[in-house]
Amino acid sequence: MVRLTLASVAPTANAQTTSGQTSTDPTPAPAADPAPLPAAAAAAPRHSAVRSLLRLWPFVRPVRARLFTAAFVAVVASCLGLVIPLVLKWLVDGPVAVRDPGEVWLGGGCLLLLGVAEAGLFGLRRWLVARPLASVEAAMREALYHHLQRLPVAFHDRWASGQLLSRATTDLTLLRLFLAFPLTFLLVNGTTIVVGCVLLMVQRWSLGLVLLGPLLPLMVMCSVLESRYALAARRAQDQLGDLTTVVEESVLGIRIIKGFGRHRSQARAFERLTRQIRTTELHKARLLAWIWGVITLLPELAIATALVLGTLQVADGALSPGTLVAFLSTALALRWPVDSIGFLLAMSNEAATATDRYFEVLDVPAVDDEGAAGGNGVRNGPANGTADAGEAGEAGEAGEAPDAADTCERERPVDGLRFEGVEFSYPDAPADGPPTLRGVDLHIRSGETMALVGATGSGKTTLTALVPRLYDPTAGRITLDGRDLATLEREEARALVSVAFEEPTLFSATVADNVLMAHPGAPAPSGATDSQEADLLRALEVAQADGFVRALPQGTTTQVGEQGLSLSGGQRQRLALARAVVGRPRFLILDDPLSALDVHTEALVEAALRRVLATTTALVVAHRPSTVLLADRVALLSGGRITAVGTHHELLRDNAEYAALMSGEPGRQDREDAR
Amino acid sequence: MTTTAAHAPADGDHEETGPPQGAEEHGPDAFERDVLPAPPHASRTLLRSLLAPYRARVWLTAAVLLVQQAAVQAGPLLVAYALDRAVPALRAGERGPLIAVAVTAALCAALSGGLQFAFIGLSARVSQDVLRDLRGRIFGHGQALSLDFHERYTSGRLISRATTDVESLRELLDEGLQELIVIVLQTLYITATLLWLDVGLGAAAVVSAGPLYLLVRSFQRRSRRVYGAKSTATASFIVKFTETMNGIRPVKAFRRERPNDAAFARLNHRHERINGDAILEMARYVVSSRLVANVAVAALVLWGAYRVAVGGLALGVLAAAVLYLRRLYDPIDRLGMFLNSYEAAAASLEKIAGLLAQRPTVPEPAAPRALPAAAAGRPGREVEFDGVRFAYRTGGEVLPRFGLTLAAGTTTAVVGSTGAGKSTLAKLLARFYDPTEGRILLDGVDLRELSTAELRRGVVMVTQEAFLFSGTVADNIALGRPDASREEIERAAKAIGAHDFIAALPDGYDTDVRKRGGRISAGQRQLVGFARALLADPSVLILDEATSSLDIPGERAVQRAMDTVLRGRTAVIIAHRLSTVETADRVLVMSAGRIVEDGPPAELATGHGHFARLHRAWRESVG
Repeated sequence: MVRLTLASVAPTANAQTTSGQTSTDPTPAPAADPAPLPAAAAAAPRHSAVRSLLRLWPFVRPVRARLFTAAFVAVVASCLGLVIPLVLKWLVDGPVAVRDPGEVWLGGGCLLLLGVAEAGLFGLRRWLVARPLASVEAAMREALYHHLQRLPVAFHDRWASGQLLSRATTDLTLLRLFLAFPLTFLLVNGTTIVVGCVLLMVQRWSLGLVLLGPLLPLMVMCSVLESRYALAARRAQDQLGDLTTVVEESVLGIRIIKGFGRHRSQARAFERLTRQIRTTELHKARLLAWIWGVITLLPELAIATALVLGTLQVADGALSPGTLVAFLSTALALRWPVDSIGFLLAMSNEAATATDRYFEVLDVPAVDDEGAAGGNGVRNGPANGTADAGEAGEAGEAGEAPDAADTCERERPVDGLRFEGVEFSYPDAPADGPPTLRGVDLHIRSGETMALVGATGSGKTTLTALVPRLYDPTAGRITLDGRDLATLEREEARALVSVAFEEPTLFSATVADNVLMAHPGAPAPSGATDSQEADLLRALEVAQADGFVRALPQGTTTQVGEQGLSLSGGQRQRLALARAVVGRPRFLILDDPLSALDVHTEALVEAALRRVLATTTALVVAHRPSTVLLADRVALLSGGRITAVGTHHELLRDNAEYAALMSGEPGRQDREDAR
Repeated sequence: MTTTAAHAPADGDHEETGPPQGAEEHGPDAFERDVLPAPPHASRTLLRSLLAPYRARVWLTAAVLLVQQAAVQAGPLLVAYALDRAVPALRAGERGPLIAVAVTAALCAALSGGLQFAFIGLSARVSQDVLRDLRGRIFGHGQALSLDFHERYTSGRLISRATTDVESLRELLDEGLQELIVIVLQTLYITATLLWLDVGLGAAAVVSAGPLYLLVRSFQRRSRRVYGAKSTATASFIVKFTETMNGIRPVKAFRRERPNDAAFARLNHRHERINGDAILEMARYVVSSRLVANVAVAALVLWGAYRVAVGGLALGVLAAAVLYLRRLYDPIDRLGMFLNSYEAAAASLEKIAGLLAQRPTVPEPAAPRALPAAAAGRPGREVEFDGVRFAYRTGGEVLPRFGLTLAAGTTTAVVGSTGAGKSTLAKLLARFYDPTEGRILLDGVDLRELSTAELRRGVVMVTQEAFLFSGTVADNIALGRPDASREEIERAAKAIGAHDFIAALPDGYDTDVRKRGGRISAGQRQLVGFARALLADPSVLILDEATSSLDIPGERAVQRAMDTVLRGRTAVIIAHRLSTVETADRVLVMSAGRIVEDGPPAELATGHGHFARLHRAWRESVG
């Protein structure tokens, strides 16, 4: 029998290679690799496949009873299949040879019974595992999603969402398939092969040896070819990744490509990559052809030899015809279990890689621990080291800050937002480079609006990201109304602080859901309450979004985002602004909130926003005078420090750098250019 | 495959320029449902056209497989011959038949191995060539399609056409089709051999195919339904997942984790249920087909054995029939898997065919004209909108008929509120769209008559979105003119004020923008976009809100570059910032698709119109 599925061979390849490696010392998997390719794991020595797969146990545990029962049922079913040739032998040598039609019926009955039992048991096996396996897959996916939402933003900076998604989809499907097939069938087929070999040897050891003879050379040749195949497969995967990148960019950057008429050079790059892929794939196919050629040839030769020898023995009377039939029939029955071992091992290895990839993410410690009881901040600060530094700094602090563990909010002085010696560098920044922020001291009084001005790339956005604890400072501390941010639950800090980001992200939901997601009464996925409705309208008015929202096909219940209506940049920015102000937050962070608005709308938004800002402690990143004028005072961020604080006019008069930033007249930067 | 269908862009703004509030553009149309109209049988036509160039090789491959399968299926026949002829002959002292068996068996083994080898090589070549063609077609077509298409067909879909959909076709070609041909050949050969060995047994085997056929059909029907539901369920959790990961900052800042958990759990559970249904569907099929097969084998063996016992059939024939029967029913499971991969591939092929059936609305001219040679010292060109009107194909009019001439070498600023038609005007001039009526002339030549290369020497547009392609910063700037030297690239960066920040990057101009340390802000990305435009050095430059993320020094640097490096070019600037507008020679104020004010900025500022009001407000803010 020929099995032509290339897929079933392809994995055979990595299987035996990597199973060869499993005996080597387990070394820790490179956990921090930002973009690990699935095959890359095969390159470096890693945990043994078995150890990786054992990590699945906590997820498998709930369904273990069914899984084990199913495996047992499969072993029984498979052994029943081996009895069939014996019945044939009895039939041929017994009733058929002695010409006893009556006995033939008995044999036929046995065959029928065995067949029905075999089919039934295999059905039972599949039925036993179907739902449990789907639930294991779902549980793992849910755990991954849950965990990912609680990983630091710095983690998400490093990992492309596609990499994470492939773990939630392809890898988990692989794991389910592993539990469904290789896990069971390695056991089942192993048993079948051993039992089958014993049956062959017992019946006629000389013929048995002839049939089992090619096993060893087969395995040696295949492992040699397959190690080379694994290399080619990895190369193909890398090249496919490159190709995907070109495709993605050609779509995402289509306006630039068209704007510069560069589609031909894109097409050339694409063409070059597809040619490379073809070469690699053909190389793979050649190796595969060898593997399959050998896998087909050797057993066929063995069976041919066994047939010739068997015929001689039957002619001599040394062997009964029934035994020969049973023999060849058993050999046939063993063909699949033997062939399959390779790809079952391969699937197991892939599953081990998938497990590693899965746990590579799940093992990253989460930062957003929510108090399980939901109580307010009894924890002594977060678990990660960076924040501990902040706390250590607090211990030496003399000043007016009261005990931060105190939770009586009402009696707290309204102190506003303070940055004290805040330093920050991104975790992936070069170690020798200067930190992005090196000692920021800034006090925004309660109810005050502070504009944050600085040259492009000076770290304004970075500074704002520290307030809702998207990142934690590497040194120094930030206080909200006197309470050290590091001692607040992230959840709690974020309830106090509301942000409008530079990139206005809308989710696939209605306009109302998108805006109200920051509302204290949220979540209310289906239908907003009356107070929410009122707040929604107020927020939309502040952001001057009420007009265009009303004009949308279904008003505030219009679906927007990737799966809905696509809005212009200005419209998205206004919705993001509405989202930031809807919950009347104590602290408001606006990152260049008006950049995409036209002058006319900008003026209207400013007017409305002023009313909101009058009562809110706010930090507003500003690029131009019109935005700065929203603020009571301005802070200038330069070289990672706040170098000046004052009103717009003071700074414009006294600070050359600020004047340069606001007026564009030659300032510091240009003088440097001139040097 | 690590890439995913529901890819969401890392660089936000790609859908920026969707027609504002164009309600007529939306609604649940073909685009939203991701089913583009394709002519009937488009997918079959597509497959045929893909295979056509390789027809000879396809036939050769088929012939190799035909012989190979014959060699493989000869085995049991040899058993029959050995038992019925060779054994009696040997007993009679004649070795001839046994030698014949030995030689034939060896030959068959060699043929099946050798041809297997040949077949894999041949078929891989065909399938790789086909896939390469298809990838090329999708890519080229995607690039050729006009911008209005891209604005409606989300980037994620186009990407999954070129990746996952091609991949599922590849699975079909590499595994499915071969599998199917093998199964068909195997079945035909075995049935024919059984009929030849013994008409009765053969006929009985044919009859047993009846119920199996019904089973396969019913499985096909049911699995199509459940797999369709499954892929919908998968897609919906993928969207939620990707969206959360791409918007992780707002997710965290607005404490969406728990509501998200709940929403994801709901989608995930739906997927779990359907997934379980799909597994059970497969189980049902495998069990029932196996049951039919086992019963058929038992019945046929019984009947055969009975006839041998009563002397109506040779023992060897029975032995061969037993071996054949087991092989005959063996591929039923695999047929089920093939059907699944076929369903997936058919759906993908249909989507691809739908994409390829789209025609670009901005076609290249068949016989392009050249622009007249530019006069010495006059790098700009004259632009004329001649009776231009623009409406979406669905009917919404964006720009009513108008005429406009922009003198060579002048800078024109266009202002107006969102939805006034500024961007549409710019896109018409850049020939991202063609006007519904009228024509746009560049030095008297209709844009539609220019080749792409000529057009882009003439007109370049810098947009608000500042997408960086993977590669180094220098590569990204060089996109403006691929043959530019490093000196020219640096000169462009210096002219636009981008040199300092680029030099401060870890590897300067050679910093890979996608790697670590390449944290480049929105404003910096826009500067790189400008450097690109400077390098391209067009006669007409369009800036569509291209300074929105720049700070004032950045904006000034852009203005300086326009005054020096790009001096004398015709420029159209769409800006929110009046600071940019002030330096223009001429200002157009647009409202509801019409040009309502037109004049030099100083003149308009002293009047009583829109511009004057805006200008006063702006002056006050600058103080």
